[in-house]
Amino acid sequence: MADETLDASGLNCPLPILKTKKALSKMDTGKILDVISTDAGSVKDIEAFCNQTGNKLISTVEESGKYIFTIEKA
Amino acid sequence: MSDSKKMTIIATKGTFDWAFPPFIIASTGVAMDKKVTIFFTFYGLNLLLKDTSKLRVSPLGNPGMPMKLPFGPEWLQKIDFGPKIPNIFWSLPFTEYLATYLMKKTMKKNGVATLDELRSMCQEFDVKFIACEMTVDLFGYTKDDFIDGVEFAGAATYFDECDGSNHNLYM
Repeated sequence: MADETLDASGLNCPLPILKTKKALSKMDTGKILDVISTDAGSVKDIEAFCNQTGNKLISTVEESGKYIFTIEKA
Repeated sequence: MSDSKKMTIIATKGTFDWAFPPFIIASTGVAMDKKVTIFFTFYGLNLLLKDTSKLRVSPLGNPGMPMKLPFGPEWLQKIDFGPKIPNIFWSLPFTEYLATYLMKKTMKKNGVATLDELRSMCQEFDVKFIACEMTVDLFGYTKDDFIDGVEFAGAATYFDECDGSNHNLYM
């Protein structure tokens, strides 16, 4: 179960990444953030973001045009 | 020593459309844990003005720009008027107002951040904004024309900023 949820539906690049960054910066290490996005580009982008920032992408789920990313704060 | 966690951008364009790339790349760079500096020079200074509502996109001499309507029936929205309208048409007065209006409308529909939103995000993320002092003087601006938090300096300062940076982009 996620500690925080960020709904970035309807937002386009780079807003989902910027909002994810802001949400994570307010959280403690080890906490879980769910990000909901409708931007197909965020599938690659969230992965790249996690690669670069060391946060852990636990899962990516697609559900009827929505993407749900589960990220563990590093 | 090279530091992959540093990025600089030289922003030189002052039209509405070209105002976006520097702020998008800069804010995303900070999100990716990089320390970012943007050096604004020549028309790029427009991006630092307090009032960005006067920025325009021009279809004149801009044949790469798709021209699709952001409203109306779906079949109509699919048509790209760009290649269909002779470029000389865009030299008529007020066509850039029309193009700017349509681009803003399309951006809003697509959930793209507004220019002011992206710029404030950059400031919140501590992107360093440097305005080229020489062009500020050249174009007769005063420091009051620009938003708070801008530093004023020259090319040598830019070099100091990009020392050890792995990403140095010219836009």
